[in-house]
Amino acid sequence: MDYIPNILFAILLIAGIAFFAKNVKKLIRNIKLGKPVDTSDHTSQRWRNMARIALGQTKMVVRPIPGILHIIVYVGFIIINIEVLEIVLDGLLGTHRIFSFLGGFYSFLIASFEILALLVIVAVFLFWVRRNIIKLKRFLNPEMAGWPKKDGNLILYIEFVLMVLFLTMNAADYQLQQMDVAHYTKAGAFPVSQFIAPLFQEMSISSIIVLERTAWWLHITGILMFLNYLYYSKHLHILLAFPNTYFGKVRPKGQFNNLDSVTKEVKLMMDPTADPFAAPDENAAPPEKFGASDVMDLEWVQLLNAYTCTECGRCTSECPANLTGKKLSPRKIMMDTRDRLEEVGKNMDANKGVFVPDGKQLLGDYISHEELWACTTCNACVEACPVSIDPLSIIMDMRQYLVMEQSAAPSDLNNMMGNIENNGAPWPFNQMDRLNWSKES
Amino acid sequence: MGNELKVPTMAELFAAGQQPEVLFWVGCAGSFDDRAKKITKAFIKILNKAKINFAVLGTEESCTGDPAKRAGNEFLFQMQAVTNIEVMNAYEVKKIVTACPHCFNTIKNEYPGLGGNYEVVHHTQFLKHLLESGKISMEGGQFKGKRITFHDPCYLGRANNVYEAPRDLIRKLDAELVEMKSCKSRGLCCGAGGAQMWKEPEKGNKDINVERTEQAIEVKPDIIAAGCPFCNTMMTDGVKTKDKETSIAVMDIAELIATAEDL
Ligand code: SF4
Ligand code: SF4
Repeated sequence: MDYIPNILFAILLIAGIAFFAKNVKKLIRNIKLGKPVDTSDHTSQRWRNMARIALGQTKMVVRPIPGILHIIVYVGFIIINIEVLEIVLDGLLGTHRIFSFLGGFYSFLIASFEILALLVIVAVFLFWVRRNIIKLKRFLNPEMAGWPKKDGNLILYIEFVLMVLFLTMNAADYQLQQMDVAHYTKAGAFPVSQFIAPLFQEMSISSIIVLERTAWWLHITGILMFLNYLYYSKHLHILLAFPNTYFGKVRPKGQFNNLDSVTKEVKLMMDPTADPFAAPDENAAPPEKFGASDVMDLEWVQLLNAYTCTECGRCTSECPANLTGKKLSPRKIMMDTRDRLEEVGKNMDANKGVFVPDGKQLLGDYISHEELWACTTCNACVEACPVSIDPLSIIMDMRQYLVMEQSAAPSDLNNMMGNIENNGAPWPFNQMDRLNWSKES
Repeated sequence: MGNELKVPTMAELFAAGQQPEVLFWVGCAGSFDDRAKKITKAFIKILNKAKINFAVLGTEESCTGDPAKRAGNEFLFQMQAVTNIEVMNAYEVKKIVTACPHCFNTIKNEYPGLGGNYEVVHHTQFLKHLLESGKISMEGGQFKGKRITFHDPCYLGRANNVYEAPRDLIRKLDAELVEMKSCKSRGLCCGAGGAQMWKEPEKGNKDINVERTEQAIEVKPDIIAAGCPFCNTMMTDGVKTKDKETSIAVMDIAELIATAEDL
């Protein structure tokens, strides 16, 4: 009979992790729908980026208030994992505070968890105030209505509840330790929860034990649920920020990719020895599609970007187009990409792993031409993103599709391109007049 | 106007069996746009004064392809790039200076992948170097005490991390450098990049250049300094929209230096 809690715990743990693993598999499959891209270059710079941006949170503190609050929650999250490890071991083995043999160091650990938990509660509360009372402009964009808004708040509620449960658990534990109850060995220091403990003084020992156990179970169950909530939430960034900063762009921001498929054709066209009337190679692969109209046309790093986006809107709040009231929002570009990718993934799940065309695509059904043409390619969004996401690359790929596959550029741009083609300048001036300025006074 | 501009072309020098140290890439705006032509001439004056051995491509220069590329026309871009690279490689060009951040970015970053490998510098970097090596000096004192704010061109700043060269030059003018609330890596676009120069902006509640000009006006400058012909046009228009053209001048860094030197 004594083993029932341990067995229940093991089942809960395995179920929680298995469900999570299933979603991770789906996540990886979806990201792999993207086109391959070589990320084996600049290895040391990539590691440095990850250490600096994801681990070191350097981009977060560009905005100091949310930056510092975020660092508190982030450190809290990392440290709390040590405590979760103890909980898991206790749960499986039926022990209590298995790490308590660490003595003074253990007291120090528990004390720092408690202080962090309190700080996290404060930070989470302030985050909630920013979202719901102060109503920062960047949380009010149209793409933030509905689920994204709820998601943002839910995470704050969950973190709040988890921290309260943790402190309640410790407070009850502390009280039981003071009462010399068997099994509750005296261990740990409780700088925060010792102030909660007096609330339980009047209660019977068995009630306090029930309280302690309840808080313990709810806390670990909550953590497992939270783990599984990640996949459905912008909170996935706590895991993906690391690979994303590693695989993020390492070239100068202004350097856009030169399409190899185009290079091949251009070289052929400019080659004076090529026979213009040669019969096309029968075995040649079908011509590649230029640019992107759907998620499968994007590179996998761009899809990883979409899953990593935490919808903070820092990109959008720096975007000149968005600032001046245009429809473009780089955050929406990322959210649309993720939504469409999820839709494609569900389609595959429902069709034995193959995608059955659903008459929809990212371009048009999610992202409009108007949004795409409003971008000045200024890179402000790329610079602002705290997790190295590149919304501009998706915009550019879709513009390429519009222009090279559909000839659907705005007519002014067609004029400009016609001028370059005919005169070697975007304006209708003759190339032979290029040096006239040197003779004008 | 003082001395004649000396503007040798690559073809002329080549015919005379000479090879200039540096190619000055003028760019489409610098060649054809009336406002930008003044920047080109100011820069030439400085080059002449400093006795730099340079040349331009003249009628052999063609659009780098930047606007085509950013509009999504990779084909047209690469056609332009390959043509330009052929010309420059034939002249064995090693070093290029340009006053246009778009040309700078494209030739520096995107041409190497297509066979064009050159050392590319922006004219503000080049000027800074001239100053440091004593080839030019700035003693005019014309700008003493003037408030100058620098608008970072996206393709110079964020795209290529060049923030300090133009600022160092402004400080050397004895002017007071004042920063807008969005500057350096957080600078706001003038609204012209990404081929926006050639089309009507999408519907919104304001034009981007007006927003940027408002940010500039906030710091009460006498001069808005620019390092890009397109930024120059956009900011000039913005200043006009705000009826400030009599109190605020928009000038390229090259023009500031040419004026300071009384060229
Ligand atoms: S690159 Fe485009 S989307 Fe990004 S901030 Fe600039 S205008 Fe906005
Ligand atoms: S792309 Fe980056 S900056 Fe923009 S909302 Fe997503 S995480 Fe934030």
